[in-house]
Amino acid sequence: MAVTIDPIHQFELKSLVPLGHIGHQQLAFTQSALYMFAAVGVAALITIVATSSRSIVPGRMQSLAEIFYEFIDDTLHQATGDGGKRFMPLVFSLFMFVLILNLFGMIPYAFAVTSHLIITFGLAALVISVVVGYGVYKHGTHFFGLFVPSGVPKVLLAILVPIEVISFISRPISLSVRLFANMLAGHIAMKIFAFFVVQLLLAGAWSVLSPLPLFLTIALTALEFLVAALQAYVFATLTAIYLNDALHPGH
Amino acid sequence: MAQPNSLTTPPPGADTQVVPGHVEHTEAHSGAFPPFETSGFLAQLVWLALAFGLLYYLMDKVALPRIRGILHDRAERLRTDLDKAQAMKTEADAAGVAYETSLRDAQNKARDIAQATRNELNAEAEAKRKALEGDLNAKLAASEATIRSRTEVAMGNVRAIAGETASAIVERLTGQVPDPASLNRALDATAAH
Repeated sequence: MAVTIDPIHQFELKSLVPLGHIGHQQLAFTQSALYMFAAVGVAALITIVATSSRSIVPGRMQSLAEIFYEFIDDTLHQATGDGGKRFMPLVFSLFMFVLILNLFGMIPYAFAVTSHLIITFGLAALVISVVVGYGVYKHGTHFFGLFVPSGVPKVLLAILVPIEVISFISRPISLSVRLFANMLAGHIAMKIFAFFVVQLLLAGAWSVLSPLPLFLTIALTALEFLVAALQAYVFATLTAIYLNDALHPGH
Repeated sequence: MAQPNSLTTPPPGADTQVVPGHVEHTEAHSGAFPPFETSGFLAQLVWLALAFGLLYYLMDKVALPRIRGILHDRAERLRTDLDKAQAMKTEADAAGVAYETSLRDAQNKARDIAQATRNELNAEAEAKRKALEGDLNAKLAASEATIRSRTEVAMGNVRAIAGETASAIVERLTGQVPDPASLNRALDATAAH
């Protein structure tokens, strides 16, 4: 019997508790929501349960929480200077959330929440609205000087300002699509190469070639672990860089 | 086995009759590409907001202040320990210097005492030596005086003996005793040599 390849099936939302409709929108507690709350639970386990003893000499889990804290603190400080301290909870939460969800996706049969564009776009929209909101709150209209490079002839401004505006608007899109596309493509690639192993095994004499996609799948799995961590880091770093614009607008 | 008509909603049950093993797949393929299926967006955003809001609250109110506190306490602890170690080191250095000083003092004192004792002993020996020397010199002088007086006495006796001998010789040769005056003159001339 032929085995059909279906790399898309893994991204389907499964309704665990249906909650009805609002127009076209289906309301349900999905496995995606379950994974998100599980990620919150794991983050709390690392950063709250493991640190409850507040020991001077940390255990493994407390050490992990401290490493994450110092890592994000350093990243944020490098990008924004001293003024960025107030955004530590936001950047730290984003990093932990994305990292844990990405790594959840690496568990066999688990669901990769970050492979859904609406989730990554929701997070990116949150980041950009914080940047715009804080920038306007702190600097008023001066914040929009971000779009007007200083020391440029007026004629050039007519070209440069639209470019700056477009580049700013494209930020949430690039931020969300980067994470989404990385996770989606990685999981599809893993699924396809793993599937080649099965197909080659069923293909008679060709089955001698089946170790090749197997090794590729193993290599891809390692790469995907790297991508999972790297994308969380990239998301946090870019958030810090965008927040720097809200703290210090003007070129 | 492919299902090209799965996007156009087939009559319910039609697929199930044709390929019973693919019921699940048929349902799965009923919509668009799952990440772009807009009907789930609202629910996903709501769950995202709830989950991320909860995470943010926990991190902001509990986790981050606690980790910051732990790191601060540790830095504080390290700083005080280092300060304490520094103070102890300074103390030890001071003790070392004090030891060196007292050692040098003791050495100097010992050298002084040794020098004083040596001087004292030298002076004593010198005094004894001088006393002894004086004594010996006195004895030497006394002995010389005795020798001189004895020599004088002896020399006096020699003159008398020479006079007697000379008069005896002259008497034997000439048969007459020389007068004492000329004898004395001859003796004085000889002694003057």
